[in-house]
Amino acid sequence: MIARKLIEAPDGRGRIFLAILAAAAVLVPCLNLALPPSSALHVPTSAVALWGKYLCYALLALSLDLVWGYCGILSLGHGAFFALGGYAMGMYLMRQIGTRGVYAHPILPDFMVFLNWNELPFFWWGFHWFAYAALMILAVPGALAFVFGWFAFRSRVTGVYLSIITQALTFALMLGFFRNNLGFGGNNGLTDFKDILGFNVQAQATRATLFALSAVALILGYLIAQAVVRSKAGKVLIAIRDAESRTRFIGYRVENYKTFVFTLSAAMAAVAGALYVPQVGIINPSEFAPANSIEYVIWVAVGGRGTLVGAALGAVLVNFAKTTFTTGFLAPYWLFALGALFVLVTIFLPRGILGLIPTTRASAAPNGAAAAGPAAQPAE
Amino acid sequence: MARPAQHTPVEPAVAKPHDITQSLLYLNGVTVSFDGFRAINELSLELAPGEMRAIIGPNGAGKTTMMDIITGKTRPDVGEVLFDRGTIDLATKDEAAIAQLGIGRKFQKPTVFENHTVEDNVLLALKADRTVRGNLFWRPSGDAQRIAETLETIGLSAHRQRLAGSLSHGQKQWLEIGMLIAQDPKLLLVDEPVAGMSDAETMTTAELLKDIAKDHTLIVVEHDMEFVRRLGVKVTVLHEGSVLAEGSIDEVSANERVVEVYLGR
Amino acid sequence: MCGCYKRCAGLLAALALLVGSAFGASAQSLKPQALEPQTLEPQALDHQSFDAALEKFAADTYNDTDAAIAGVAASGNPLAVSIIEALQDGRLLFSAGDKKIYLREAAGGMREASTGKPIAGAEPADLSPVRVNNRIRRAIEAALGGLTLLSPDPARRLEAAKAVFKSRDANALPALETAINKEVEPRVKRALEEARAAIVAGKPDAKEADRVAAILLLRDRGDQEARGVLAGIPSGQPASLQKALADAITTIDNRLAAWSVVQNLWYGISLGSVLLLAAIGLAITFGVMGVINMAHGEMVMLGAYTTFLVQEVIRTSAPGLFEDSLAIAIPLAFLVAALVGMAIERGVIRFLYGRPLETLLATWGISLILQQAVRTSFGPTNREVGAPDFMSGAFEVGGLTITWNRLWIIVFAGIIFAGLLAALRYTELGLQMRAVTQNRRMASSMAINTGKIDALTFALGSGIAGLAGVALSQIDNVSPNLGQGYIIDSFLVVVFGGVGNLWGTLVGAMSLGVANKFLEPYAGAVLGKIVLLVIVILFIQKRPRGLFALKGRAVET
Repeated sequence: MIARKLIEAPDGRGRIFLAILAAAAVLVPCLNLALPPSSALHVPTSAVALWGKYLCYALLALSLDLVWGYCGILSLGHGAFFALGGYAMGMYLMRQIGTRGVYAHPILPDFMVFLNWNELPFFWWGFHWFAYAALMILAVPGALAFVFGWFAFRSRVTGVYLSIITQALTFALMLGFFRNNLGFGGNNGLTDFKDILGFNVQAQATRATLFALSAVALILGYLIAQAVVRSKAGKVLIAIRDAESRTRFIGYRVENYKTFVFTLSAAMAAVAGALYVPQVGIINPSEFAPANSIEYVIWVAVGGRGTLVGAALGAVLVNFAKTTFTTGFLAPYWLFALGALFVLVTIFLPRGILGLIPTTRASAAPNGAAAAGPAAQPAE
Repeated sequence: MARPAQHTPVEPAVAKPHDITQSLLYLNGVTVSFDGFRAINELSLELAPGEMRAIIGPNGAGKTTMMDIITGKTRPDVGEVLFDRGTIDLATKDEAAIAQLGIGRKFQKPTVFENHTVEDNVLLALKADRTVRGNLFWRPSGDAQRIAETLETIGLSAHRQRLAGSLSHGQKQWLEIGMLIAQDPKLLLVDEPVAGMSDAETMTTAELLKDIAKDHTLIVVEHDMEFVRRLGVKVTVLHEGSVLAEGSIDEVSANERVVEVYLGR
Repeated sequence: MCGCYKRCAGLLAALALLVGSAFGASAQSLKPQALEPQTLEPQALDHQSFDAALEKFAADTYNDTDAAIAGVAASGNPLAVSIIEALQDGRLLFSAGDKKIYLREAAGGMREASTGKPIAGAEPADLSPVRVNNRIRRAIEAALGGLTLLSPDPARRLEAAKAVFKSRDANALPALETAINKEVEPRVKRALEEARAAIVAGKPDAKEADRVAAILLLRDRGDQEARGVLAGIPSGQPASLQKALADAITTIDNRLAAWSVVQNLWYGISLGSVLLLAAIGLAITFGVMGVINMAHGEMVMLGAYTTFLVQEVIRTSAPGLFEDSLAIAIPLAFLVAALVGMAIERGVIRFLYGRPLETLLATWGISLILQQAVRTSFGPTNREVGAPDFMSGAFEVGGLTITWNRLWIIVFAGIIFAGLLAALRYTELGLQMRAVTQNRRMASSMAINTGKIDALTFALGSGIAGLAGVALSQIDNVSPNLGQGYIIDSFLVVVFGGVGNLWGTLVGAMSLGVANKFLEPYAGAVLGKIVLLVIVILFIQKRPRGLFALKGRAVET
């Protein structure tokens, strides 16, 4: 069934989106690897790494759009799932270093040797198998989201209250991961990776492959998210977003739907984090910073929430702007620009960039008037 | 509102011995307080299967709180809330469970899913699997027929593709009633269905409810006496959280205490 | 409101009981018993022994120097202090030729050590300083401690008594006796007696009764140092002494434990008052308008920078006003933050009513802009904000050290809380604000201009954040990130306490503050914070609307 859903024809802009991604997944690595640097069409490796990073961000934004745009859950802690996925991948990469570390310990990563630890903590066991690490990438953030969501949604924590405790969640994790004795490298996090599945992470070919994988992951993420929001369950999600208690009174267990979509979204964010880490070469506790999680939300808002494509677009646009800004003489003004973006988008562009483009079908995006109209449940 | 003209003595609303097994809904000695204020005070009420009952009462009489208790939004401090011949204790269930048991509710303020089409609003309400899994893998099968029938009943067939948010106030009220019918509940709770409606719309709504009452059990809460009179059913008057009087509209409007409460004499 | 008041009163009463019992525990301890005066001959002024001792410096061996120090110190000669101080500083010189001792003044003059008179004629050619090593240095310190016991300055005498208490040098005993007999200041006398007790308690050849009395005196002192002295006495003492010792240590341990509870409570209240200051403005805006102002922390920061600017202006143009800088900064900080707050409300939030999540994002954007603006104008580093005299220093209550700045901040928070409570209850604005909090639609239909109330509420909430900034400038680093450190905590306070109720905010702030400080010793600062976050997260699940939530119909609107 779900397979049928996945290949169901996307709408117009979805088709364009998927086509661009598929083309990029094939062309960019080819243009990078096959053409000599002198060629006009050559894509430099630095650009491949940069855009690979953007694609991970796009997947993260997509996951956030799924909960915020379609179910009204404004998570200000999605960075936690992203970072946990990243840490799980980082742990695999650390175990691959082997004796090539500074202390050349066959099992323990450098920071553990440095802390005079004698054996691997139990939660590091098994991470030298990629399959196990891949499972953990999905399972740990997914389990956290499930437990957290189950508690929060069952207790009907909604609106800004939920936003605040998601932020407290990522804040608590940040404080925890900063501690050396938690066993995740403390302040410095995990870095100095060597190999992934036997390939050098620094190698040009590996980078190109990671780029392609990120594009594929984004395509898959989009298809899954689309399948969910187009199903009847997706209609229930939107119903919950717009009139939660009404949905409950016609017999839907709102908490189950919310927990489901929150967990799915967390797993997608975690995959984004896992693909991000080998491409940037480091994961540290600052990824948990609450400010990051809020920034992810603005990507979605810029692109247009409740549109999926918009979220991905927003992530790429904002990050492209950020890179451009912060590498030039404009660097001191980036935060002004980002701050202004928050203000202007929420006031003048509540439906984001995609909201400016008229669509044939009345999309599921919350239109500005409707979002403001019933005043939702303002006090909630 | 009330007309004290006819002076038929009405039985005071004393608790009579009831046969629980004959009632669809059975409330006994229910009390709810908010910060010391008794919104519902030893309320007892009984509804037979197939009955339509109108509930009236001044502001703050506890009408909405009573609905909240029946639908699981508020839990009673003390008292019994039993459903389906006394077999189900509603006080221990949450809103979704109660809705799935077959109790539908229409709110005072029309709340439809504004960003869904009229059709999808009905689809979501249709009696069907409510689980996440079931709805993730849902296929439209036979639903279209039932949706069409419901839309026919509420007269919104022509608007099926419109977003519910773009409907007029009266149309939203009907859509909400349509969603109630689609749930195919055993008991319908309808809170102020004609508030803010034009006279013509009010009349249509009364006919609609009477039509529904043919094969459903209903509780209708309303302020509009003309509308209640038009329904022509047994009326329960609530005051300060308990039953003040019960009987036909003529009986209760002749009741001195009812008149007192309504006119503040 | 009434019920909440009762609950709060109960909480305060419980706090008072806790504090009271802790103080009571210390007050119950046995009354100090007078020590039997030591039967030791008072040292007579003895010029001969002084001269004899002084000569030993000329030998310049460590043993002779040690003996010389003891002799000079014991002689009671008024020159003794200056001689030993000179030795300490390497200014005590001897001439190998004539075996005489000289003393070079710090200013450069030269005196004869034995008489203290400036030398006549030229300096001897073969002068060299008397050498010291660590052993000698310790002897010097002990001797100086004993000697300054008789200084005319009470503060120096007190210092000396404390030094002797630390060194527990039995040689200082005679000097101590003299000092105790002459002492008139009770505080110094007490310190002197404690010093004597510290020596006598561990002195094997002292009378047993004296030693027990000394132990009791130390027990009554009851601090970590006294415990250290008692614990340092080797076992194998006579039985009665051993028992007194064990009892005294237990008593001190209990007392210390009680004081550590009081201390945690104090730190907790102190942290709680800071949280209260930071959160109370947020509670108002959240309560009245249902919006989360993510830029609230930046209002605090603006208040702190206003204080900094006020002090800058005072420093450059009117240094005499420094003591009043905080008093000047308070209204200015309120005004600055209130104006910025009102601008934010009129310029941004007004357009986002009924969309609390969007408001959250927009105000976050504003917070980024404000932070960066301050960073651009004042630099990213910490700025120095000075403390006026009344905010500096500390005093001791029993086993508790209370710093003035913390105390004043608690008082300040209390005043603001009470003032705000009064303003909400007795002013027109307060009445209207409460009306809007409870039922916005009803209030607006009763001709309350909700737009105006929102703007004023926002200004008030932000102004109070500015006041918090003045207070925080005294205990925290004034940097562009100042506000961010408080924002999550303030949210938790508001959410924990419940919306629309200032008492809830008070209880929330105090419970989080106290809980934090009580968790810290067990879990460490960071883990304690994590534990607290988890507790609050779990609590919110249990009571999604906080401790003091509005109930009933008000919730629906």
